Amino acid sequence: MTALGTTPATNKQAPPARNRVYRPKLRQLPVLATLALLIIMYVIGTANYRGFSDTQVVLNILVDNAFLLVVAAGMTFVILTGGIDLSVGAVVALTTTLAATLLDAGWPPAVVLPAMLLGGTLFGTGMGAVIHFFKIEPFIATLAGMFLARGLALLINRNSITITDGFWTSVAQQRIRFAPGVFISSSVVVALVVVLLGAYVLAYTRFGRTVYAIGGNADSALLMGLPVGRTRIGVYAVSGFCSALGGLLLSFYMLSGYSLHAQGLELDAIAAVVIGGVLLTGGSGYLFGTVLGVLVLGLIQTILTFQGTLSSWWTRIVVGALLFAFIVLQRLVTRRVR
Amino acid sequence: MRTVVRHRLFWPAAVLVVLLLSNLISSPGFFSVTLQDGHLYGSVVDILRRAAPLILVAVGMTLVIATGGIDLSVGSVMAISGALACVRIADGAGWAVAVLAALALSLILGLWNGVLVSVIGIQPIIATLILMVAGRGIAQLITGGQIINVTDDAYRVIGAGYALAIPVSVLIAAAMVAVAVVLTRRTALGLLLQAVGGNPVASRLAGVHARRLTLLVYVFAGLCAGIAGLIYSSNVSSADSNAAGNLIELDAILAVVIGGTALTGGHFSLAGTTLGAVLIEALNVTTVTLGIPVETTLLFKAVVVVVLCLVQSATFRTLVLRRRKNAIGAPA
Repeated sequence: MTALGTTPATNKQAPPARNRVYRPKLRQLPVLATLALLIIMYVIGTANYRGFSDTQVVLNILVDNAFLLVVAAGMTFVILTGGIDLSVGAVVALTTTLAATLLDAGWPPAVVLPAMLLGGTLFGTGMGAVIHFFKIEPFIATLAGMFLARGLALLINRNSITITDGFWTSVAQQRIRFAPGVFISSSVVVALVVVLLGAYVLAYTRFGRTVYAIGGNADSALLMGLPVGRTRIGVYAVSGFCSALGGLLLSFYMLSGYSLHAQGLELDAIAAVVIGGVLLTGGSGYLFGTVLGVLVLGLIQTILTFQGTLSSWWTRIVVGALLFAFIVLQRLVTRRVR
Repeated sequence: MRTVVRHRLFWPAAVLVVLLLSNLISSPGFFSVTLQDGHLYGSVVDILRRAAPLILVAVGMTLVIATGGIDLSVGSVMAISGALACVRIADGAGWAVAVLAALALSLILGLWNGVLVSVIGIQPIIATLILMVAGRGIAQLITGGQIINVTDDAYRVIGAGYALAIPVSVLIAAAMVAVAVVLTRRTALGLLLQAVGGNPVASRLAGVHARRLTLLVYVFAGLCAGIAGLIYSSNVSSADSNAAGNLIELDAILAVVIGGTALTGGHFSLAGTTLGAVLIEALNVTTVTLGIPVETTLLFKAVVVVVLCLVQSATFRTLVLRRRKNAIGAPA
């Protein structure tokens, strides 16, 4: 009798033997594929090009793509709910233009920085509200947002504005050194903090759980009593905030504000998210995957730079091919789940 | 009067008329069309000529959207088609060979999109995103990253020539619109497309070859984009992989939406789309003649998209109607 009673308890504690060999969950497969791809690309790079294994080469990918990382993190939230945000590139451009203009007019950075972040968040909230309350497709609503933001930026100033503000230039030049010749910029720190915060929110908070629930099935989420409306508006607000922050990071990187900055950034961000294994229909994926996606994009560019003879357009073709591979992979994975 | 106002195309047509009339402020002779050397000249003709590529792309887009899909790759297909034609001509091929090669490639690209959507079953917006990203790279690969200039008078006719006093590009666009209208309205094809867009599963159960039809509309959209690319590159006698068809997918979607086709699929209006495309081009021309900064067209487009979507949104309509009823019904 006692034996019968204890068996389930011991079963619960000791994992079944077949789990001893690590078997990735199906939904982790795309992320692992990306990781494998990243490692293979890096190994190929180090094997073929001298100086590729230099630590700074890897760090430079982060330095050059810090703003993309932040924007893609925001995009991940939106795509996880099954939506899309086409306005990110335009919001980045608007932020750089507006920040440069205000700084030029003598506004202190302590006012400009929060104002930009608040503006971006409000912009995203507005789009989210239109999407939620009027049931307009995210694609169209954010397309309008893209026209609006890019148009406003062009209206403010058609030309590139140089930023000469003391705070901006000091941040731009600031380097966090680990060893001689091994450094990251402060933008990388900001980007990493955003990613860690985002990953925490997605994994451990009610908001994050609801994001996944909406992406899985919005109707079920609503029937479960989850705050679908608030969360859906929330993810666009997050994306707007991240775009504005990405814009600020870009303005640190470029030290200029220009209405034509970040053209096609939305495509890069979406590509990074998809390559990172986030399901475009929503509900499945990790922010960590997006980070890997951004790194893959950065590594492609680095390899092309090291190669020297390959032309820049190969970036787009390779990114397109990777998109294709990952979308088909996702398709296979989801089909097997169903 | 009421039926006129209620007509689906009343508002876009009204906006177009207002736009055209506002040109009279700065140029009184805006509507004058003159016959010079057997060619029609005038601002109105010019608007049509400039709208030709957009009309073509938007007509293809309309059929895709009618099936509940979307094609983001049209701009890239335009760039590829123009690039291939110009490179072939620069290599010494005849213009006809070059044009046929470009059109064949466009068909293949359309087929690629169609296979991804209908056979593999990827969401249209994602499936066509692949070619949108890779396409410009492919176009640059074809041209070797250069802007290819060509001097072939026969090729130039496609985009800049005249036939029967009318610009050839307008004739081509009109012909493609006519083909699309005849195919969809004089045969059962249009009905079947709407069935697929309305409910793919139900239409398949009813015996409609949904998969084959979906494949077909993407091929057609590819062909339309290819022709548009030829017109564009022929008009400027060069192939510029970055400028050709830049952001045209957004303008085309805008034209479709203005024309009253719902993005959810199910019903479509080719006349509305054509009107929408002309409206967008008229807007571009009007801002120039009125001396308004060109940048404001983007703002205007944003406003148009928002307003049109709100009008199409059922929730918004009930909200507004309810308020109006309350206002009338309120006792005080």
